[in-house]
Amino acid sequence: MATETASKILPAGAAAPDFSLHSTPDQLVSLSDFRGAPLILAFYPADWSPVCGDQMALYNEVLAEFHKFKAAIVGISVDGSWCHAAFALDRKLHFPLLSDFEPKGAVARKYGVYRDSDGVTERALFVIDPKGTIVWSYLSPVGVNPGADGILDALEALTSKK
Amino acid sequence: MSATASAKLKPPVGANDHIEGPAKAPVTLLEYGDYECPYCGEAYPIVKALQERLGDQVRLVFRNFPLAEAHPHAEHAAEAAEAAAAQGKFWEMHDLLYENQDALEDQDLVQYAEALKLDVPRFVKEMKAGAHLERVRADFSSGVRSGVNGTPTFFINGARHDGPFDLRSLLAAIEEAA
Repeated sequence: MATETASKILPAGAAAPDFSLHSTPDQLVSLSDFRGAPLILAFYPADWSPVCGDQMALYNEVLAEFHKFKAAIVGISVDGSWCHAAFALDRKLHFPLLSDFEPKGAVARKYGVYRDSDGVTERALFVIDPKGTIVWSYLSPVGVNPGADGILDALEALTSKK
Repeated sequence: MSATASAKLKPPVGANDHIEGPAKAPVTLLEYGDYECPYCGEAYPIVKALQERLGDQVRLVFRNFPLAEAHPHAEHAAEAAEAAAAQGKFWEMHDLLYENQDALEDQDLVQYAEALKLDVPRFVKEMKAGAHLERVRADFSSGVRSGVNGTPTFFINGARHDGPFDLRSLLAAIEEAA
């Protein structure tokens, strides 16, 4: 399972690039909507991976732990918003999935997590502080669900720094 | 930056855990599992075969990781196993639940308590009161902090096993760890 090394993921300390993406066919979500509280960006290759507790399903179960840090989470992939809607309904997801669909992968490219070879985003995580600065980022091997421990460690560090 | 750098078991196996096998076994295989998850159901006979193959070389530990949003019966099933544990029959209930994954309604759980000759009124009372929910949730949280990324997730001597969980792969990973 070779991973592409071409991606240059934005590191901690970088300003999180702004974005405005569809969460539903008629709703747009922007980075600035989340100012004032920590935000988790979870890029993932595609909806509908055939396992229980895939990455998005896992985060759905862990939402309460994220909320303890007042953090919001959004998932981002290149799937269209109708696809996201069906996936979210099927998996009973309680957080938004954003479509990096047109131009395809534009936001993922800004964050340095687009896989040109496959035409999908990397499996990558960012924790963004309330002012819009990336405080932690992580590029996972695309076949490995990174879990939530790194996110929680980053949120904990962010909280204790105050 | 390795994917497994942070995927270490927290907290380590302790007295509070459900453990089958000798404390001095060179290999500790820990599973975070969900009683309603079909993949955990697939893993169940594999783990049994592995225990048979390795005998007292391995100790098995089970922690609850119910994906309650995806599996509506998983959390109650986990509580039932804990309620059985309170009466000294954790593994018996654990096995019954995995052998009857398609029958995990509350009345089924009571039937299993009867089959195991538990003190059923006590079992029912504890289930109704959610007496073991906190334990189940604590297991879940420990899993999240340990890097559990779905079910089942195995840890071999405290390190997350990221490969497949067929018998051959698990045996190979165990051999490497031991």
